[in-house]
Amino acid sequence: MQPAESTTTRPIELAVPADRAEAAKKAASHGSGVFRAFLLGVVFLYLGVVLVAPLVALAMETVDVGFAEIVRALGTPTALSALWNSVALVALAVAINAVVGTLGAIYIVRHRHFARGYLDALCDLPLAVSPVMIGLAFILLLGRDGVLAPVLDAAGVKILFSFPALLLATLFVTLPFAMREVAYVLEEIGTSEEEAAVTLGASPLQTFFRVTLPNIRVALSYGLMMTAARALGEFGAVLVLGGSIAGHTQTATTFIHDAIEERDLASAYGMAAVLALASIALLLVLEVLKRRTHAVTRREK
Amino acid sequence: MNIRAEHLVKRFGNFLAVDDVSFEVESGSLVALLGASGSGKSTILRILAGLESPDSGRVHFDGVDATNVHARMRQVGFVFQHYALFRHLTVEQNVAFGLDVQGVPKDKSSKRARELLELVGLAGLEKRYPSQLSGGQRQRVALARALAPEPKVLLLDEPFGAVDAKVREELRQWLRRLHDEVGVTSIFVTHDQDEAFSVADRVIVIHRGKLEQMGTPAEILDEPATEYVARFVGEVNVFPAQLVDGVAVSGALRAEVTAAMTDAPNVNLVVRSYDLKLWREDPGVGTVRRVVVLGDRVRVHADIDGAGALVAQFPRRSSLLKGLAPGARINIEVTSARAYPKVVNG
Repeated sequence: MQPAESTTTRPIELAVPADRAEAAKKAASHGSGVFRAFLLGVVFLYLGVVLVAPLVALAMETVDVGFAEIVRALGTPTALSALWNSVALVALAVAINAVVGTLGAIYIVRHRHFARGYLDALCDLPLAVSPVMIGLAFILLLGRDGVLAPVLDAAGVKILFSFPALLLATLFVTLPFAMREVAYVLEEIGTSEEEAAVTLGASPLQTFFRVTLPNIRVALSYGLMMTAARALGEFGAVLVLGGSIAGHTQTATTFIHDAIEERDLASAYGMAAVLALASIALLLVLEVLKRRTHAVTRREK
Repeated sequence: MNIRAEHLVKRFGNFLAVDDVSFEVESGSLVALLGASGSGKSTILRILAGLESPDSGRVHFDGVDATNVHARMRQVGFVFQHYALFRHLTVEQNVAFGLDVQGVPKDKSSKRARELLELVGLAGLEKRYPSQLSGGQRQRVALARALAPEPKVLLLDEPFGAVDAKVREELRQWLRRLHDEVGVTSIFVTHDQDEAFSVADRVIVIHRGKLEQMGTPAEILDEPATEYVARFVGEVNVFPAQLVDGVAVSGALRAEVTAAMTDAPNVNLVVRSYDLKLWREDPGVGTVRRVVVLGDRVRVHADIDGAGALVAQFPRRSSLLKGLAPGARINIEVTSARAYPKVVNG
C-alpha cells in the first residue's frame, strides 16, 4: 500500500465514523438478510420436495390418466364401497369423539384425582404407537385365539374383518385429538365462569350449554377437524384389523394400496386425488378455525 | 339476611385451610374477612357460597341450616376475584344471565339488567363484550350480574385485588355507597387492612385458618385480641418482657401495660410505633440510630439498652423531635402497651 493512498483514505474514514457505523450495520443486517433468505430457501426447498412435489406429481398423473377414465374407475362398486367406508368412518369418528372427547376432557381436567396423570399419558398413547402394532394388539385380543374370543363367540359377534373392526381401529387412532384440544382450553379458562353460572342459579346442563360449550367450541371444532383428517388417512390399523376385503372392509386408503398392487393406476390416482382434495378442504377449515382461535385470544388480551 | 357459621373445618389433603371458625354476620351489614394470602379466608367465603363443602361445621342463613343446600339454590351473589365474566356474552347478557337461567322472560330480564347497569354506572355499555372493558368496569359488571337475581347475600372475593391503586380507592367508596343503597348483607375478602377498615362495618381477622378476632375497625385497631392481630394491623414493636403488677420490664424499657391478655409473668410486650414518646435526655435509656422523614411523618429508629431495636413515629412538626439526631441519647415513655402470651413458634 502506498502512503499517498493511506493519507487520502484515512481522513475520510475518520471524518465519517457515523456513516461507517451505518455501513457496518447495513453490512451486518445484509449478511443476516442473506442468511435468512438462505434459511427460508432451505425450508421452502424442503417443503417443496417433501410436500408439494409429490402432490403436483399426483395431480399431473391424474390428469394424464384422464378425467373420464378416473370417473369410470371410481364408479365401480368396489371403489364406491371403499369411499363409503371412509366417509362413514370419518362421520362416526367425529361424532363419537365430539361426545367422548368433550366428556373425557371435562372429566380429566375438572376432577382432581390420583389417576389423572396416568389418564393424561394414556390419552397420548395412540400418538406414540404405530397403528400396525395397534392392529396386531387388537387381533390378539379379538382374534380366534384372542382373550375375548370366548365372550364374542358366546354373544355371536364377529368384529375382526368387518366394519366394527375398522371403526375400532379408527377410534383408537383418533382418540387424542379432540380430547387434547378441549382439555387444554378447559385448563386455560379455569372453573370460575362455571362457578359463577352455578351461583347465578344455572343447572349443570345450563352451565354446560351456556358457559362451558361456548368456551370450548372453537377448540372442539379444531380437534374434530384433526380427527376427521386422521380418520380419513388411517391405513395400518384398518388394514390389519379390517383385512382390506374389496367391497367389504376396504377403505379409501387400502383401496389405493390394493389398486397399486394390481397396477390399476386410474383407480389409484383417482382415489388419491379424492383424498387429497378432501385433505385440502379440511386444511382450509382448520386454517379458518385457527384464525378464529387467535382472534378470540387476541380479544382476551 | 343473618348469616351464622358454626365450627367450620375444611382440609385440602393434609393442609388445614379452615380450623374451627365460627362467627355471625348481622342482617344488612358489610363485613370484611381480613387475612394474609393462604390464611383460609377465601375458602370460608366459598363455603358460605356452597362452592366448597365444609368437612364439618354448619352454615345457617336466617337460622335455617343451609350447609347442604346446593350453591345453585343458595341465592348467594358471588363476585369472583378475576370477575369471571362470561366472555362470549355481552355486558347486558352477562347481567341478565341469572334471570335467564331461571326462566324469566327475555324482556323482563333485559329490563332488570339495564336497571342494574344504570345503578353501577355503566349505562350505554350494554352491547360491549367483557374484553372491551377496563378492570374497574368489569368489576362493576360482575357486581351487577351478582345482584341481578336479588340475592340474599353478596359475597366478594378480593373484589379490588386486580385493579390499580387509584381505581381501587374509588371502587371502595363506591362499594360502600352501593351497599348502603341496596342493603344486602355482604361479606368481602381482602388482604388489605386499609380496605377492610375503610369499607366494612365489622372486620373478621383470619390467620392460618383460625378466627383471630372479630369486631368493628376501631375495636380491632385499639384492642387487638392477639399478638398476630396487633402485628397485622399496624407498625408495632415487640419486646420479650417481665410483667409484674401491671408494669412490663424489658432491659431499660419500662411500660405500664394497658391490657394484658395473659396471667403469666413472661410476656411479649407490644407497643405501636405511634404510642411512644422519645426525647433527648442524658444518660437516658437508649440511642437514636436513624431518623427517616416520610412526608408528614417522621420515623425514628433507636436501640433501647437491653431491649433491642425500636421504631417510633411522630408528626413531622412534633416538638419531641428536637435534638433527635443519630447518636443522641434518649429517654422513652410508652403511652399505651399490650401484653400477649409468649407463644412457642408464634
